[in-house]
Amino acid sequence: MEALKSDFGGKAHVALNDPKLRANFRRAMDGLMAKRAAQFPDAEEWKTLRARGAAVRARALARLPELLEQLEAKLTANGVIVHWAETTAEANAVVLDILKAAGVKRVIKGKSMVTEEMHLNAHLEANGIRAVESDLGEYIIQLAGQAPSHIVMPCIHMNKAEIAELFADKIEGQTYTENVDELTAAARRVLRDRFADADAGISGVNFAVAETGTLVLIENEGNGRLSTTLPPLHIAVTGIEKVLEKLEDVAPLLSLLPRSATGQVVTTYVNMISHPRQPGEKDGPKAVHLVLLDNGRSKVYGDVELADTLRCIRCAACMNHCPVYTRVGGHTYTFTYPGPIGKILTPQLEGLDCAGDQPHASTLCGACAEVCPVQIPIPDLLARLRTEAVSPTSLAVKGGGSGRSLSESLGWGGWAALYSSPRVYRLSARLLGLFGNWMPAWLPMLRQWTSVRTKPKFAAKSLHQLARERGYSHDER
Amino acid sequence: MPMSASKPGRPHTVYFFGTCLVDLFYPEAGLAGMELLSREGLKVVFPQKQTCCGQPARNNGHPEEARAVARLQLDAFPGDWPIVVPSGSCAGMMKLHYPELFVGDPDHARAVAFSARVFELTQFLVDVLDVKLADKGRPVTVTWHPSCHSQREMGVLDQPKALLRQLANVTLVENPRETECCGFGGTFSVKQPEISAAMVADKVASIEQTGAAQVVSGDCGCLMNITGAAGKSRKAVTGRHIAEFLLERCHGGS
Repeated sequence: MEALKSDFGGKAHVALNDPKLRANFRRAMDGLMAKRAAQFPDAEEWKTLRARGAAVRARALARLPELLEQLEAKLTANGVIVHWAETTAEANAVVLDILKAAGVKRVIKGKSMVTEEMHLNAHLEANGIRAVESDLGEYIIQLAGQAPSHIVMPCIHMNKAEIAELFADKIEGQTYTENVDELTAAARRVLRDRFADADAGISGVNFAVAETGTLVLIENEGNGRLSTTLPPLHIAVTGIEKVLEKLEDVAPLLSLLPRSATGQVVTTYVNMISHPRQPGEKDGPKAVHLVLLDNGRSKVYGDVELADTLRCIRCAACMNHCPVYTRVGGHTYTFTYPGPIGKILTPQLEGLDCAGDQPHASTLCGACAEVCPVQIPIPDLLARLRTEAVSPTSLAVKGGGSGRSLSESLGWGGWAALYSSPRVYRLSARLLGLFGNWMPAWLPMLRQWTSVRTKPKFAAKSLHQLARERGYSHDER
Repeated sequence: MPMSASKPGRPHTVYFFGTCLVDLFYPEAGLAGMELLSREGLKVVFPQKQTCCGQPARNNGHPEEARAVARLQLDAFPGDWPIVVPSGSCAGMMKLHYPELFVGDPDHARAVAFSARVFELTQFLVDVLDVKLADKGRPVTVTWHPSCHSQREMGVLDQPKALLRQLANVTLVENPRETECCGFGGTFSVKQPEISAAMVADKVASIEQTGAAQVVSGDCGCLMNITGAAGKSRKAVTGRHIAEFLLERCHGGS
């Protein structure tokens, strides 16, 4: 894999000038926000529930190392084979080895963002193994040769007409139709055969329960269940942070995740996988593997504040409510995880040198944190990562300090000198009142500001002056 | 005089923190805020040492510089009177972020005590002073724009609207996209100018669609952004800081 680099401004420019894309996102996110809001009409219930969700995740993370060991022991006892991978390359190699050892040529995949993070499909294809995505959205973008633009609804950037065109172009015997039922039926026809002829199924994991060694997988299409039960071999892939302490911890998260994500009370399918096919059972894979991927997560875990990032349950509510994501779409984020969660996770996984512009691509409006079901303080973590980029305080962040520049430090140094001296400030304010409006609009910052706005007008007299003139007391105590 | 933020009694003196944006660009909004407080019989103290809350540096990843500026404000407001701020954003910085900014610093206790005294202006007018306004202005229709930090950090949701609703000749129309960010975000507006431009264009359009003659807000950063964008694109949207708007109504202006 070549090292990717974020170019938020450049990609945003392209997205912002694509009216169809913007309309697709605006419409979709408006719909998702309304659906979520309808699920949490009672502010008190929401507060209680999300506090419980946050506590469950925080409790699991507090004991992450031992819970991972417990999970491995339980799964192993259940007959599931557990693998550890430090990097995505290692994880890809582990998956490939398992498939090769079993002589697999055809894989059917359930939805998994971690395998997107690994670019697993490309790796398998390069090694002669065909992997077909079975989640409808994932199937669509795979046909289109694209990456997901949303972590729950991967093809949300496309509208009906675009999908109709894609299907007519790529699916044999398919004629152009915008009828959603017909489009779904066309995909289903193709996928039925792929399920039937797959030698192995690969899926993600929503929660891994340490207490019982249970892999929880939620989905709406039944494709997850088919992928994990029909083929003789099932490989589940997950990040190490998805562990929960107890089986009862699943319940509060299940009542938060679908409601936050798609505004559903519950998903159509809730799969709980604990072991391969047992003697006497008529279905289920003969072998089940779990691949646990680190890819920088243990580094994130090493910083007490940044570790909150790992609480995420991937509901995507943050991106659905993000005014930036809504306007630029998921592909602007370059890497696998878009939206506010991506802006805090990506720089930590990939490094601030590769994605240092992402924490800055936010107004810190806080709409994300307001709807986060596990209370991740996203704006605070964005501010923290902005600090790490210029003056690293933690070894947890790859590429810390890479955002340092002389002009930036001189600028803020000067700013602090100005605003921490009452006398210098008052003199400057007076000068700005007298001459500030003569500043030409081509000056840096003023140029960007005035591209779509009028020039701000300095008042002739500052509030300091006016307050004095009007006789307001300045007796500090 | 003992004052606690959770259950404040009616004080006889308050501090006014003007904010740097009001100081340089919107001093009339600051004066109006101070007059709204004085006409309630309070003594309003405006420490001349005050400058800026420090938020720009903090939000850009420069906590050290932010701390240096914040420390000056701790010095400038040494008494135990409430500190009233005509901006939800600056108030949020001082109320929420000062304590964390001074963790491990000898001034931490002072910062915590300071933050407990911080109020956003409309919050103070409604929750502490329970003001009653008499409208002397001509009939007008307005809409409200809450800054992100006033609604999400300060929890100021209904207070400004309650004040506007007290005005007999003012019709408040709701903007269905009221809670969406206007795209200002401080340096965001110049670091990601195109995204900011798209956001503010949508905000201006949503305000226009309400049919209101004016947008009223409690934060001058948003106002500078919204009215600046409306002005540049020659839209009829005008804006006013809520302090100025309220005071004018009480004096009979529009």
